[in-house]
Amino acid sequence: MQQIIGNITVLEAAPILNLGLLIDGLLIGAIFALAAYGLALVWGVMNVKNLAQGDFIMTGGYITWFLGNHGLHPLLGLPVACVVLWCIGWLLYRVVVSKVITRDLFTSLLATFGIAIVIQQGLNLAFGPDTQSAQADLPTWELAGGMITIPATRAIGFVFAALLAVAVIVFMKRSRMGQAIRATAQDARAARVLGIDTEKVYSFTFCLNAAICGAAGALVAVVWNVQPFMGTTYSIRLFVVVTAAGFGNLPGVIAAGFGMGVFEQFGGFILGAQYQQALIVMLLLIVLAVRQLQNLHLRQAVQ
Amino acid sequence: MSVPIIEVENVSKSFGGVIANRSVSLSVPRGGITGLIGPNGSGKTTLFNSIVGYHPIDSGSIRLEGREISKLRVQEIARLGLLRTFQATRIYGKMNCVQNMLISIPHRKAGFFDMFASERGEVVERAEHLLAFVGLYDKRFLRAGSLSFGQQKLLEFAMALMNEPTVLLLDEPTAGINPTLINGLIERLKRANTEFGITLFIIEHNMRVIMNMADVIYCLAHGELLTSGEPGAIQRDQRVIDAYLGAH
Amino acid sequence: MNSARLQPLTYWLLLLIGVAAPMLFPDYTNQIAVLWLMIVFALTWDILGGQMGYNSLGNIFFFGAGMYVSAVTQIGLYYDVGMYTSAARTTHIAFSYSQYFTGFALGTVTGGLVSAVLAIGVGSFVFGLRGPYFAIGTLGIAVAAAELVSSWEWVGAASGISLPVFPGGPETQKLFFYFLLFALSFILLLFLRWLYSTNFGLAINAIRDDEEKAEGMGLHTRGYKRTALVIAAFFLGLSGAIFGNMTGFIEPRDIAFPTTTFNIFMVLMVLLGGKGTLWGPVVGAVVFHVIKEVTWTYFLGWQYVTLGLLIVIIVVYFQQGIVGWVMEKYPERFGIQIAPKEPEEIPRTAGLATQPGGAE
Repeated sequence: MQQIIGNITVLEAAPILNLGLLIDGLLIGAIFALAAYGLALVWGVMNVKNLAQGDFIMTGGYITWFLGNHGLHPLLGLPVACVVLWCIGWLLYRVVVSKVITRDLFTSLLATFGIAIVIQQGLNLAFGPDTQSAQADLPTWELAGGMITIPATRAIGFVFAALLAVAVIVFMKRSRMGQAIRATAQDARAARVLGIDTEKVYSFTFCLNAAICGAAGALVAVVWNVQPFMGTTYSIRLFVVVTAAGFGNLPGVIAAGFGMGVFEQFGGFILGAQYQQALIVMLLLIVLAVRQLQNLHLRQAVQ
Repeated sequence: MSVPIIEVENVSKSFGGVIANRSVSLSVPRGGITGLIGPNGSGKTTLFNSIVGYHPIDSGSIRLEGREISKLRVQEIARLGLLRTFQATRIYGKMNCVQNMLISIPHRKAGFFDMFASERGEVVERAEHLLAFVGLYDKRFLRAGSLSFGQQKLLEFAMALMNEPTVLLLDEPTAGINPTLINGLIERLKRANTEFGITLFIIEHNMRVIMNMADVIYCLAHGELLTSGEPGAIQRDQRVIDAYLGAH
Repeated sequence: MNSARLQPLTYWLLLLIGVAAPMLFPDYTNQIAVLWLMIVFALTWDILGGQMGYNSLGNIFFFGAGMYVSAVTQIGLYYDVGMYTSAARTTHIAFSYSQYFTGFALGTVTGGLVSAVLAIGVGSFVFGLRGPYFAIGTLGIAVAAAELVSSWEWVGAASGISLPVFPGGPETQKLFFYFLLFALSFILLLFLRWLYSTNFGLAINAIRDDEEKAEGMGLHTRGYKRTALVIAAFFLGLSGAIFGNMTGFIEPRDIAFPTTTFNIFMVLMVLLGGKGTLWGPVVGAVVFHVIKEVTWTYFLGWQYVTLGLLIVIIVVYFQQGIVGWVMEKYPERFGIQIAPKEPEEIPRTAGLATQPGGAE
């Protein structure tokens, strides 16, 4: 408790630290926003809540790290991760997701939870339980006399995340497939009647999301680190982001992604890194509680 | 007519700018059969939903036997003896008809230990009697979800009777029912009214049915009360005819 | 002839198996004891998940809560808990014969009761959530509990608590816990058999089939839902207390609140055996436990991958479960009657339910 108060006083005494945490939070939040967008896409179009989202990210991260160990620069590993994840996404869609898409929501939730366990344990068997990080050998910029440090990797990660997000959004707006996806999200039956192959749309959406996760994972491996069991934390994070914003609300999802990044930086600084997971779970419960209050039937019992 | 059992006064309800009910006032007399008609989208089901507590109302007052109920929730209103059936029939699909009936007993004074009650002799008898009343006795052990639509509708009606309501709101009881069976249904509704003393308030599209049954009919159009009166008068009212034909 | 007449026999048979098993297979006493625990897991999960249609992913919370409450009670009766947990790593603290059993009995009962009380609080939070949000919310509670206990020094934080040592030989200890877990699962089975035959059973089935309709009929849905959770929590709390003492050492992540093992086993066993039936969870637990023990032995290292695959396979390809499958195949043996398809009826598709075209 004392330590917490101490940390808060430090923040009060050195306002510049706040700025540092804010920048850090925004830089990392960009990656959350990107992956959350993918989750919201699958959620909105297919009505599947993908609990393996975080594990897709970890897979992307491990691919980048693995290639980095064999001499490929991590930023070149990113497209590879995208392609590999796209293929994994396609396979999972064929074998699992396409079979549960029309069933009740708990079924798809549980199925993706099963996928998550397989991926986690698979990564654990393949690469061991240690924390890994892809080395990009880039400088760290210092501002305000060393009070704020911005590793170049984080800035590059931010730019990449932003570029990818813009590319995906433009794709959704302009391309035929993007339009078909949006039509399906609005009313799948109507889309089918109008000749849209919704099966293809679903498959594409799931693959697209997996590829987005691959990219996000590559960035995570570069700016942060990866570990087989960290995926669950990411899944919960992204779930919080999308639940807080509402899956149909794209700007909201992106804003909430940034908010999540900033919240975690401050929370981590004040409470200490060991409470990170607890903090995220608490946030989940709070978001669910708030949502509940909003949805509460307004008719109240008198007396 | 005697004292009204339901009094609706100046009730308004809008959904995000779309006005579904604007200052509707009407009263349902005790012991009778009251009809509610109006073209599609005129706000009939919205009014029903407001009365049974499905959603809050924007303004106005709704009273059941003189008691204000516009702030109560669905369950509490149901326990006061005001029940509704749904337009798209709703029954408990994976349970059989008798089970559907047994769980529809009134829950007015149910205490904690009533949850675990299982003495059923009299209750089962009543359930079977009511199933016979609607003509489902032979099918009483069938899974409710496997019945035809019309049979499910009858089952829902029997479940409502099992609950011993004082007022029953029926949302299009004859919609989707084979025309040859409608007369039987009308006769049963009338018997429920006379034999069990249940006040009925019915939304109906089928004019022949409603004219045949109701003592008083209210007509809604564009969310407002257009007119009310006896079936004969309504039938001759030019405004009602215009509303149905789309003129305004 | 029919299942109703076979039933009493089945219970006697189960009783016989339960009593005889540790004598017939003395080497596997612990494994079979865990099987009874699995049956408790499956049966309690099915109260909400199968009978009431509320799929929880956080029932393990009550198991862990019971475990920790009983541990704290047992120790707190004779020592200061904070000192005990910090000293346990360095010194061996002994409990006398009577201290052990008084503490154990009191701790177990308290564990069950506190879990039940916690269920009231949890219920008022989670029952406002529907569908997948309910599953995620309950999962969140279980994960949060694991995290909080992990950083709570008073109860030993992440390094856990060593419980009082059983004052008897290892064989006696095995049999003691075996029969406790067996008795618990057997009593639970009889209790649920009675419970599902009362109005309570009908009410929670009605909530599963159409909660809005049940509300519209004036059913006290909130009370039923909360009571269902309290019942599940009480039995899970008892089982947690017993299992904690059986292993002798408890810690938050892998023993008390294991969200990816025991917690998910509950769901899997019920799906495998058949949701919403009395015997489905029992059958599922037995089959699952055997599969699990075999894979754990022969696929060491790969066991969790196998577990994940098993989840996917069961969920995707075999969701009605063993008992559900048999019931669908031979409905008349279970007293279920389905209306014969009437050919003149116009088939209705799910999306067209509001515009019925069917007739009698």
